[in-house]
Amino acid sequence: MCLAVPGKITEITQTPIAKMGKVDFGGVTREVCLEAVPEAEIGSYVIVHAGFALNTLSEREAEETLEALRELGEIEGELLMDESSQG
Amino acid sequence: MKYLDEFRNADLVKIVLEKIHRTVKHPWVLMEICGGQTHSIMQNGIDQLLPSEIELVHGPGCPVCVTSLELVDKALAIASMPNVIMTSFGDMLRVPGSNRDLFSVRASGGQVKIVYSPLDAVKVAQANPDKEVVFFAVGFETTAPANIMSVVQAQALGLKNFSVLVSQVTVPPAMHAILGSPENRVQGFLAAGHVCAVMGYHEYLPIAEKYRIPIVVTGFEPLDILKGILMTVEQLEAGKFEVENAYGRVVSKEGNIPAQALIKKVYEDCDRNWRGIGMIPMSGWRLRPEYAEFDAEKRFSVENIKTKESDICIAGQVLQGMKKPPQCPAFGTLCTPENPLGATMVSSEGACAAYYRYARVEKE
Amino acid sequence: MDEQKNAINLQSAVCPVPLRHYDKIVMGHGSGGRMTQELIQQCFLPYLSNPALSASNDFADLQIPTGKRVAVSTDSHIVSPLIFPGGDIGRLAVCGTVNDVAMSGAVPVGLTAGFILEEGLSTDLLMQVVKSMAESAEEAGVAIVAGDTKVVERGKADGLFITTSGVGVYDNDFQIGGAEAKPGDVVMISGTMGDHGIAVLAARGELAFEMQIQSDVAPLNLMIQQVLSAAPHTHVLRDPTRGGLATTLNEIAEQSRINITVEESAVPVRPEVQSACEMLGFDLLYVANEGKLIVIVPEDEAQAALQAMQSHKYGKNACIIGRVNETPARRVLLKTQIGATRVLDVMAGEMLPRIC
Repeated sequence: MCLAVPGKITEITQTPIAKMGKVDFGGVTREVCLEAVPEAEIGSYVIVHAGFALNTLSEREAEETLEALRELGEIEGELLMDESSQG
Repeated sequence: MKYLDEFRNADLVKIVLEKIHRTVKHPWVLMEICGGQTHSIMQNGIDQLLPSEIELVHGPGCPVCVTSLELVDKALAIASMPNVIMTSFGDMLRVPGSNRDLFSVRASGGQVKIVYSPLDAVKVAQANPDKEVVFFAVGFETTAPANIMSVVQAQALGLKNFSVLVSQVTVPPAMHAILGSPENRVQGFLAAGHVCAVMGYHEYLPIAEKYRIPIVVTGFEPLDILKGILMTVEQLEAGKFEVENAYGRVVSKEGNIPAQALIKKVYEDCDRNWRGIGMIPMSGWRLRPEYAEFDAEKRFSVENIKTKESDICIAGQVLQGMKKPPQCPAFGTLCTPENPLGATMVSSEGACAAYYRYARVEKE
Repeated sequence: MDEQKNAINLQSAVCPVPLRHYDKIVMGHGSGGRMTQELIQQCFLPYLSNPALSASNDFADLQIPTGKRVAVSTDSHIVSPLIFPGGDIGRLAVCGTVNDVAMSGAVPVGLTAGFILEEGLSTDLLMQVVKSMAESAEEAGVAIVAGDTKVVERGKADGLFITTSGVGVYDNDFQIGGAEAKPGDVVMISGTMGDHGIAVLAARGELAFEMQIQSDVAPLNLMIQQVLSAAPHTHVLRDPTRGGLATTLNEIAEQSRINITVEESAVPVRPEVQSACEMLGFDLLYVANEGKLIVIVPEDEAQAALQAMQSHKYGKNACIIGRVNETPARRVLLKTQIGATRVLDVMAGEMLPRIC
């Protein structure tokens, strides 16, 4: 139910109805409703579904997740080496 | 695209796969709730790379698939009325009603417009003041804020020609229905990441507790899905049944509070009929009475709809993970994406369509 | 005599003169009478004059050397909007048919163009389209030698429909076609996928997104000549238009009764096109292209064919994307970016933006 993609806020406009903005998705720009991300600023990454920002994307968490997976790779690599040297 | 491509990295995928292969010792049946996850799994071929002990079954998280036949028929009836412009997400256009779909309504002269966002439907209403503009508001919790925003905007703009046909469904009651069924085979859940971005995942704690089943909030890119599967299998092998979050960059336990406030303001709980499954109590949302003027079901008289579902379609069983699409006698023969008998063959993330597109290797 | 001297002589007008009274097509322009003559003289001939058209017959007299094989193709073009970033319906029409003929290995020598004009069409827009056709034809080195115009009532044509036919002559004994692919062949593409389909969708404005992407519409016959000089045993040439790369490869796999396996990560794509596909839930491999070429050649001529494309302006991003195998026959497989292999089917119906 959930085709949502990450994009970077490039413009913010506070209208009487809602907080709106423009988001750049890797070269494609669209108007997006930012009403649910009051703390988001220009330059923030948000995850957008059907023209609505569901949440901000934590760049720190994204990096940490990738880093954890890289480290997992190192641990796995060591385990494999241990196994082959014991085998 | 930033924060998408990195989560498709082939080297990291290999690392997580190896860990999954090392971790799994017993056979397990996992369900991914969301149609978008089904699509990603099939499109990337993730199911082929997993150890054979892990069986993935696909859940009912496809709003296009579960929108009740009655509501589809109502949409078709409204779209056929003169002076109405029906606006809809693209994937609803091919969903079969009792005897036609929105495409054929368009071919017969009805005005049907595809929109990417419900807010674009409001713009259509502003641009066509002499027409009635209806938006087919389908979706799970993910789409609720966007759908609601269209009503909020229309109200603030004082539009008198805009209404929504609401078909909102929610995930937790569906999980109860699946897990509570005597035929249930699911042992672990990959919860829908973007639903949880809005709602958080505190609602899943009592479910995990009650059915003693691990639930891991999972994203959509290959790495995200594999991470979700790994965490679920680790719990299963350790006999745990906790709720964990594998999609931390977008999901927090409490979810998005302003979005939830918006939902509470405009929607209230209601029973919903899930196509193929049946009525699940309190499994959906409808407009609160104070927004009645925007409710298309009240604005248009579409009471006497007689629905007729295909006799052979087993979409309901597929949606609950009880049967796989190739087990359906009509799969690929009477029922194809060009001539779908049920909604799961229509939408590109419906399980039947996904299997048809990505998994039929032998040519007839 | 005096009246004749003072009368406006449109026959000798060199630059396009706006039609008297008419900035829009009216039904009378399709009558076949004087208004039709004026339409042709003022909107078409200034751009498309050549001996064949100037003879003003109902046919074109073309010299074709005796004993040669001839390739013929026809296409109808309907696109909305009529003008889009990177091109227009006219360029689309000329390039589409030039390319179809050139895919046979024949040299295109002439095109015909039939126009169905909707009452109310702007004549300025029509002239822009015709001018674009002339320029595209000139770039391709072909002449538009015959044409026809009809006018229909408002609402009966989306502004303008164009049908083109093309004739080409084989200078050689090439055996090129969809049924010629052989196991062991290398599959290549001349450049980035999806540009045209996404550019037109963005230009339509219904999905309200902005991007800097242009259609790739282009005549490929000269590049094809270069490829065939370098790789004379090329087996298949085809342009992945409607239905995209996936559908076209499936057609070839079916015709040749072989398997084609494509590496997903090898398929070139512009970042913005990739982004648009992500947002809408489109599969890039089904999006239409109008200036790209699939080349399937025996392995020993692959590098030569590749370099021939890369040295041409329309083939700078050419690359190898896959191989032809024996089995599973009549199927196209995709090796996904994460290393799994799955089926790549033909497109089913229209591609629709999804929310799920």
